[in-house]
Amino acid sequence: MSENKDRKPLLKIEDLHVSFMTYAGRVQAVRGVSLSMEKGEILAVVGESGCGKSVTAQTILQLNPSPPSVIEGGKIELEGRDLIKCSESEMRKVRGREISMIFQDPMTSLNPTARVGNQIMEGILKHQKVSRKQAYDRAVEMLRLVGLSNPEQRMRQYPHEFSGGMRQRAMIAMALVCDPKILIADEPTTALDVTIQSQIVDLMLELREKLKTGILIITHDMGVVADIADRVAVMYAGMIVESGDVQEIFYHPKHPYTWGLLDSIPKPGTGRTDRLVPIDGTPPDLIYPPKGCPFAARCDYCMKICHERMPEITDAAGGHQVRCWLQHEYAPKVENRYTTGEGGEDHAAGSHRA
Amino acid sequence: MHANPLSRDQFERTLKSTAALNEIKRPATTYWKDAWRRLKANPVAMVSLVVLALIVVLAILVPVFSPYDYATQDTKSINQAPSAAHWFGTDTLGRDVFVRCWVGARVSLLIALVATLINVIIGVLYGGISGYFGGRVDMLMMRGVEIIYTIPDLLWVIMLMVIMGPGLKTIIIAIAITGWGSMARLVRGQVLQLKQSEYVMASKTLGGGFGRIIFKHLIPNTMGPIIIDLTFSIPSAIFTEASLSYLGLGIPVPLASWGTLANEGAKMLLLFPYQLLFPALLISLTMLGFNLLGDGLRDALDPRLRK
Amino acid sequence: MTKYVIKRLLIAILTLWIILTATFVLMKSIPGDPFANEKMILPEIRANMEAKYGLDKPLIEQYVIYMNNLLHGDFGVSFKYKNRSVNSIIETGFPVSCALGLSACFIGLVLGVVFGILAAIKRGKWPDYLVIFISILGVSVPAFVFASLFQYFFAAKLKWFPVSGWGTLATMVLPALALGFRMVAYIARMMRTSMLDVLSQDYIKTAKAKGLTQLEIITKHTIRNAIMPIVTVSGSMIASTMVGSFIVENIFNVPGMGKYLVNAVKDSDYTMIMGMTAFYAIIMILMMFLVDIVYMLVDPRVKMD
Repeated sequence: MSENKDRKPLLKIEDLHVSFMTYAGRVQAVRGVSLSMEKGEILAVVGESGCGKSVTAQTILQLNPSPPSVIEGGKIELEGRDLIKCSESEMRKVRGREISMIFQDPMTSLNPTARVGNQIMEGILKHQKVSRKQAYDRAVEMLRLVGLSNPEQRMRQYPHEFSGGMRQRAMIAMALVCDPKILIADEPTTALDVTIQSQIVDLMLELREKLKTGILIITHDMGVVADIADRVAVMYAGMIVESGDVQEIFYHPKHPYTWGLLDSIPKPGTGRTDRLVPIDGTPPDLIYPPKGCPFAARCDYCMKICHERMPEITDAAGGHQVRCWLQHEYAPKVENRYTTGEGGEDHAAGSHRA
Repeated sequence: MHANPLSRDQFERTLKSTAALNEIKRPATTYWKDAWRRLKANPVAMVSLVVLALIVVLAILVPVFSPYDYATQDTKSINQAPSAAHWFGTDTLGRDVFVRCWVGARVSLLIALVATLINVIIGVLYGGISGYFGGRVDMLMMRGVEIIYTIPDLLWVIMLMVIMGPGLKTIIIAIAITGWGSMARLVRGQVLQLKQSEYVMASKTLGGGFGRIIFKHLIPNTMGPIIIDLTFSIPSAIFTEASLSYLGLGIPVPLASWGTLANEGAKMLLLFPYQLLFPALLISLTMLGFNLLGDGLRDALDPRLRK
Repeated sequence: MTKYVIKRLLIAILTLWIILTATFVLMKSIPGDPFANEKMILPEIRANMEAKYGLDKPLIEQYVIYMNNLLHGDFGVSFKYKNRSVNSIIETGFPVSCALGLSACFIGLVLGVVFGILAAIKRGKWPDYLVIFISILGVSVPAFVFASLFQYFFAAKLKWFPVSGWGTLATMVLPALALGFRMVAYIARMMRTSMLDVLSQDYIKTAKAKGLTQLEIITKHTIRNAIMPIVTVSGSMIASTMVGSFIVENIFNVPGMGKYLVNAVKDSDYTMIMGMTAFYAIIMILMMFLVDIVYMLVDPRVKMD
């Protein structure tokens, strides 16, 4: 950190606050999220539905409709330039060219009445001064790159003629066609069959190697995280509760919520027979967020202080950051398989395919 | 870091209570209560409701308490402009337009309500049967609706009137048997959707009988759209009646409906425009009321918009 | 694709056959059978009718004759006036109704779609409220009220246009507006809803994420998808307006199909009603068929079934 102070990270989000003004009240969906991402890195933001991860992702490109959404504070810096201060027309130059995005449901993310080819070429023609022919060639090349056979024929087809996996490949081709620095993938595998999921994950890994694109992947699937991510940020109730290298998060998780997440996923191939443990309860209502730690009410290790005050982010060993009172010197020591260092391996080992 | 220092006893463990966790904080309300609450919060819909209620009350009361009779002609006072004696003026035969308008309201509303009621009954049965059986039966029955739709309502009504002869009963029957198509389609769609829905499947799996599925799932879920459709078909029935009567194909004299009043008024339009104005205003107000109320009900009853 | 067209064509022919049979049955079921009643028909017409409809023959044979005539484009003769055939009425009335109806549809569809798009883009701002107001007004106020008001103000008071009649362009303006206004209201409301629906779709977000401007998103990805429901309704709408409007034609005294049909009803001219209904049905079904074809061209997904 100290060796290279002027070097700006590729993407840096600082203390981002986003709220939605709804009929029922002000929903504080994102409450002070900070993230950073280096060139060519794959960062996974993981958390259960409604935790604000998609809102964070969409806020980067300012895709949330406003109203009802309001960016209430913070910075989103792309190579040092604050995107929040950008005008709408400046943002349009960022979208698709510097940062691209793909969405959860490839079935509905493509325009049903436009040819796939035209939808891919649209981005190139928008951002680059090229002829239609060049754009066409580039689109064909991209379709080939994402592993679609007969790309020329695919170009002429409509989305309904594609399967779900093919559509997500086409979406990826569309997103990467202008060679962006960052690809934001919002639950890219959730709507797909399991076998297709792993193909898409492999494709993203492969493309990262080839194109050196940074990928910000939003998911609730710890298995996908283990497969793809370099670094992980765990999000809960609009906040990052823990972040660190993927190895750190799986081998030495520090936050009780992360423990819960790891406990609630199946562990294939380990021979373990313990039952999956769900996390009791539901996340807090973000119209009236608790003043203390948002996870306190569901936490097995909850202390008095947790209900009273929001814990600060603290640095733990290994570039690992945690927002939890258990890190405090006064806190009682917790003994479980994660703190003793024997948890986690099975997840990482179990789901990482060679 | 913090203004006041932390003490060790703040780091005592607390027990979590699972029961409290799974408690839902927002109060539970029934579907209809919730819908009613939201309808009440919609000022446009509430004003429409009040206006419609007022029209119904006036239609009932005015002919009873008015000093004039709707059919009595008075040759001494023809084509008078609105005055204290005749609030809406008088027509070419010296009849009081005010009382005729409210008698007309009775007739128009009666036609609309009865016809719509018959519409609903036919539509629900037809659509329900079509959706319930599905397959070939459904295809044939829906083709039937399509055929009825091919010819505009007004033409069907005219053909039926030719066969049955003009009159109040004919108009009601004609509107009733031509207007049920949209209701049938709606109910059929709902039934088809519900048949495949997971909660009906779940109910079946749990041993819920036919009756339970019909009364616990089908009817409550279809009621909303039916009520909305109803609010829109009442004005369309009023409209059809008014159009027919306006063309001189409606109910026979001296009985008045808003359509016949408008027809008579239109003949005098260039000389005494107010004779058309009042019935036209009443028709428009009623249609407006039903349309706005329908919009409000749709917002209130559509469960997808529930927050 | 050919299979789809043939399938739609067969359905159209079947529907038409059912409707034509239904009109025949309806006319034959008029109480007291006016055709058999000597007093109701003038002798010279009687002969005409017998030749045309084979009234002295059994019912089945009459049906065959009726269908055969229709197949040859012969819609029959008047029951009340001699030397008047349905075809002659269609020849004079249909072009008039068609011109009036098509100009009304043009006004209705163009303005309706434009208003709907504007309202959706400016959602919650004054253009939106204006369009909502117009559409509620248009749906709530009966056509005859509009027509009468137009006639009273623009013709009788301001004298911009003739009160009634037909023949010049000026006579066409008020009826076309009166007829078109309701359509504007209806289409604008529908287009607005449809636009808002499309704008909330995921692929609009995709388009925005590509860096397209709002205008590009609207023109390239929204309108084509949003116009689908309009295409569906416009077929029957155009068909039903071009065959004549009962009310507007009567108010403005336009010599179109609607006026003749209302007169026929008032005269109890049964064969005329039957013939015109048959013509109506043919036009409607033809239009529905065309709409199916247009739909297939606009929406690539339809080809799959």
